[in-house]
Amino acid sequence: MASEEVMRVGGAGFEETAAESSWSGGVAPYAIGSKKLGMWLFIVSDAITFSALLIAYSYVRVASRAWPTPFLLWPSIANATVMTVVLLTSSVTMVMAVRAARLGKRPHVVRWLLATMLGGLAFVVLHAHEWSELIREGVRLFQNPWGTPLFGAAFFSLTGLHMTHVTIGVLYLGVIAAGQARGKFTSEDVEVSGLYWHFVDLVWMFIFPLVYLMSAKTI
Amino acid sequence: MKQTTEHAHAAGSKRLFMFVWMWLLAITGVEVVLAYQHLEVKLMLGLLMSLSFVKGALIISYFMHLRYEKRSLAVTLMPALVLIIILLFVFFPDSLRLYELRPR
Repeated sequence: MASEEVMRVGGAGFEETAAESSWSGGVAPYAIGSKKLGMWLFIVSDAITFSALLIAYSYVRVASRAWPTPFLLWPSIANATVMTVVLLTSSVTMVMAVRAARLGKRPHVVRWLLATMLGGLAFVVLHAHEWSELIREGVRLFQNPWGTPLFGAAFFSLTGLHMTHVTIGVLYLGVIAAGQARGKFTSEDVEVSGLYWHFVDLVWMFIFPLVYLMSAKTI
Repeated sequence: MKQTTEHAHAAGSKRLFMFVWMWLLAITGVEVVLAYQHLEVKLMLGLLMSLSFVKGALIISYFMHLRYEKRSLAVTLMPALVLIIILLFVFFPDSLRLYELRPR
């Protein structure tokens, strides 16, 4: 435990202050490792980034004339719903990986991590296919066949940043899985990568209704 | 420290995770159905966002097991995040000005 080490270094006389005062770093106020705390702090800052983008998206949407609502139930909404299910399911496999890591079952950890990566990969493939369809229909950053030109910029930047996060997540989990397979990394490392993965899932829970469901074409 | 987190993690059993997962899928289904109801935009947005907040809370509480961490962690992180997100809305009324001024 970190506080014990501080107490040893501090020596006699310092012991009591170190044990009692959280301000001097003598105790771990959150009772978690520094990696986990670091990831939580990153997640909070990243959540602010995505919030800013989602609010900017809503802003231009309200301020624009004729915001396009081009997403048909088939294929767009159906595709996005499948993507949501895939991402939610990959979160469950991630939870199982963390659980296996806690129990020290390394082969299980690797298998669950690979399943999670497969989910992430499926998400990226479905998303990339959707992008290519939209681009083929003539949607560009500052022009599209339906309405206000900002639609493309808002759509591609928001979903693009999220897709980048998923891609980085798959690579991150790959590194952790490879390390676990070779007997490297602790269960905390798996847990920290899980936090990132669940966060990426969480962000999609807001992109899906705001970008897709609110733009569903109802005939 | 390892023991305390291990003990806390026992609170997240396999069954609980499956339960949370099913709820998340069910809420997603409700959202998709809701998108095809002919509701007023504000009401639709309010309902969809409320449901998404429930989903987000489920993910943070159980999958990211913030619920089972020391409460000091949530108390440190969450109010700051919520406050900043609220503050981001400071520019939002301007979009309504553009809405009112735009040519019809």
